[in-house]
Amino acid sequence: MMKPLNSSPLLEVKDLTVTFSTSTERVKGVEKINLQIHDGETLGIVGESGSGKSVTAYAMMGLLARNGRIDSGEVRFAGQAICSDPRALASVRGKEVGFIFQNPRAALNPLIRVGDQILDAVLMSKRPPATKKEARARVIELLEMVRIDRAMERSRAYPHELSGGMCQRILIAMALASEPRLLIADEPTTGLDVTTQKVIMDTLRDLASSRGLATLLITHDLGLAAEYCSRLMVMSQGHVVEEGDTLAVLARPRQPYTQRLVAATPRIGKELKDLLPPGQQPPPTVAPDQGRQVETPALNLRLLQVEGLRKSFGTRSQHRQSWLPRWARRGNDVCDGQREQADALIHAVRDVSFHLEEGEAIGIVGESGSGKTTTSRMVARLLDQSTGSIVFMGQDIGKQSSRSFTSSPMRREIQVVFQDPLGSLNPRFTAYDSIRNPLRNCTQSLNGGELSRDSEHEQILAAAQQAGLAPELLSRFPHQLSGGQQARVGIARALVVRPKLLILDEPTSALDVSVQAVVLNQLDALRRALNLTVIFVSHDLNVVRLMCDRVLVMRHGSVVESGTTENVFTSPSHAYTRELLAAIPHLKIMQEVDHGQNSAARKTGAFE
Amino acid sequence: MNSGISGYVIQRLLGTIPILIGVGIVTFVLVRVLPGDPAVFYVTGPVVTQEAVQAVREALGLDQPLYLQLFHYFGQILTGDLGRSLTTGQAVTVSLMQRLPASLELSIVAMTLAIALSIPLGIIAATRLGTWSDYAIRFAATVGVSLPASVLGILLILVFYYYVGFAPDPIGRLDPFVATPQSITGFLLIDSLLAGNLEAFRSAAAQVALPALTVALVVMGPILRITRSSMVDVLTSDYIRTCRAAGFNWWTTYVRYGLRNALLPVLTTVGLIIAYLIGANVVVEKLFAWPGVGAYSIDALLASDYAPVQGYMLLMTALFVVINTMVDVLSALVDPRVRAQ
Repeated sequence: MMKPLNSSPLLEVKDLTVTFSTSTERVKGVEKINLQIHDGETLGIVGESGSGKSVTAYAMMGLLARNGRIDSGEVRFAGQAICSDPRALASVRGKEVGFIFQNPRAALNPLIRVGDQILDAVLMSKRPPATKKEARARVIELLEMVRIDRAMERSRAYPHELSGGMCQRILIAMALASEPRLLIADEPTTGLDVTTQKVIMDTLRDLASSRGLATLLITHDLGLAAEYCSRLMVMSQGHVVEEGDTLAVLARPRQPYTQRLVAATPRIGKELKDLLPPGQQPPPTVAPDQGRQVETPALNLRLLQVEGLRKSFGTRSQHRQSWLPRWARRGNDVCDGQREQADALIHAVRDVSFHLEEGEAIGIVGESGSGKTTTSRMVARLLDQSTGSIVFMGQDIGKQSSRSFTSSPMRREIQVVFQDPLGSLNPRFTAYDSIRNPLRNCTQSLNGGELSRDSEHEQILAAAQQAGLAPELLSRFPHQLSGGQQARVGIARALVVRPKLLILDEPTSALDVSVQAVVLNQLDALRRALNLTVIFVSHDLNVVRLMCDRVLVMRHGSVVESGTTENVFTSPSHAYTRELLAAIPHLKIMQEVDHGQNSAARKTGAFE
Repeated sequence: MNSGISGYVIQRLLGTIPILIGVGIVTFVLVRVLPGDPAVFYVTGPVVTQEAVQAVREALGLDQPLYLQLFHYFGQILTGDLGRSLTTGQAVTVSLMQRLPASLELSIVAMTLAIALSIPLGIIAATRLGTWSDYAIRFAATVGVSLPASVLGILLILVFYYYVGFAPDPIGRLDPFVATPQSITGFLLIDSLLAGNLEAFRSAAAQVALPALTVALVVMGPILRITRSSMVDVLTSDYIRTCRAAGFNWWTTYVRYGLRNALLPVLTTVGLIIAYLIGANVVVEKLFAWPGVGAYSIDALLASDYAPVQGYMLLMTALFVVINTMVDVLSALVDPRVRAQ
């Protein structure tokens, strides 16, 4: 990568301070940010939520929300001050600087064909083509550049007809329409599958290097930044914590915050306790409550046996329009072959079989649409399967409908911690109410009758303590809790009825890595202390590797590979598993980093 | 896609049939349950005797059991006959068809006025969020909603007719001394132009101005509010941020990428209001002696005149469904996501 050392930077930010007005006061967004990007360079800004990384980028380009304001500081693009001069800003935005956003589908106008949106970007560019025909040709050229095949056809699609990854490529095409010199990518692959992420990031990198484009990548994912950036800037709470060459920052982080962040990022060669900051002990093992004796995991005690599980959904058009005569049905322009395909049953899950011994943890991994969550919901009896049996504690609970299972005594034995920690809590319930609710519903099967208020209170406090939730937080409503605390309420709510089987559906995907590290450790300690059997559903292979004894890899509703975690991760037999593993950005680079870290640690004698 | 939309329209219109039957039955039973006996109204002669009432009742078929009456009524409807009004002696279909254009004309003029005023004001309020113009616009909208149409109408008459003398007599659709143009569409504004009768056009426009303004001021509030809030949503959306980041100019960003999206919820609201207005303009129609269907139905209801009330209900139901279908088709034309469903 060329980096002319003596030339002036392409983009230079000096002492940038941004504040936001709330109804009562002005709060600091970022304070005294300095950064430089040179031609052709790739800079990554990393940090957890609320660190101000996006605010910095938006402030530079005048894209702050209404209540945001640049209080002081200077932004220069190619030597020209842009932040105080609207005309200078207009000459840069969309001309010299292209922007790519998180949540690509929402970033495109839903009512306008994607080709037309790119066309507008082409017409607004520095050198708009002379004729409409040339402009249209340029749109197709851009689409092909971001590796969209059948470009002509895709250009006529609306955003909702394309996948998230495809929408992100459209945004990249829009950003590249005017041949910018700098590309700013704000969490461009968050929410996309790892394999899609890899394709998008590789495309970005190739395009940038082939046209000498400088790139600013904003991400919460250290691994991603490590793989694609030459220089890193770490931000926390509105300040720059540390800055330097990627390898140097990751291998020898100077600041405690960076050290914690690096440590908390899960990767191969790291154990669960390694995720916690150096010096901090894993959470104390929770004292088992009196209700259950802790046995050493008895081998071959089969808790769950799932056989030939299948879930099919009929398509909507079939259900809703079949009563209409053929000529009155909508979508007559679809040719018959497509119609048949559209009317076919959709198999969300096909012939999934697995078993769980008591005390075992199994991971179900896969990308969006792989059927992993559907499988877990059927096992949890929240969803009825189409066919297949679910034998739990020697009883085929698959025969019971999900509706009647609610009142079954077995209900409390299977509990779920849901993905969205805030959305899965009732906003009008305090944390205490949320935990009490399942306890009341299961009182009969749990305590054989009425529960006294005191003992109820005790059990709620015990569950909160197990989940690491401080008692003084129990009177709060969900929106008054942090993401990590909300997740703990979800865990406490599942534990309070003392289940045998705990289903964790992406329990930490909404959390920052440092919080995730603590929650994962807590969950692991709980599992061992209470001898819980766990099904861990996740798209994050690194997390599954840390938490599970065995792994099922799912794709398109089927299990493509299963085995012990060790085997699947070190010698995957299926091509798809290998593809998944290869797509995780952390692995290779961070291993080198770990290696460097160890040698560095050896050199200095101690690593702190 | 076209065949898709026409198929959809057919599906929706077919779906009206059970609704119409249901509304027909409910209205039929309801008017008969209400206190008041039409036979008593129409007994002529100096003394109302039991025999005379009974005779009228038999003549009207009201002595038969309810289900038989209902059966006859639906049989009549199938032949396109909605019965006859007892007060006017005219066929209900004829009266409704004469009066419906008057109501439609008033509602359409009022809605056009309301839309022309409230959408731009809503956009101004949204783009100047939190400034004095935003507050002033919202205050005016609230005042419009809070004043009942009766008070507003009288105020307007007082100012523009009594004090300023700007408006003509607030009675009817046309100055009685102006020759009525031949009825083609039933809309005086259109018929007079078709006939080339400019004098009639001017008179019709002057007559409709005050009642339409009254209605417009009342319905402006909700339209303005929904325009403002949906425009605010759109302006803070991710795709408008994309426009700004891509350096789009003002027109492209706010009008081409913003306004279209913001108007979708407005469209739904406007459709609901129009459907509601046509039948519910009773107060304004009474106040301005406007010969519309609302006034007609109230008169009939007070006189226990069954056939017009039933006919009116059926007509309103049909109109409501047609307008809602139109709104849905329009939003499907604008929004590809609706089309996909």
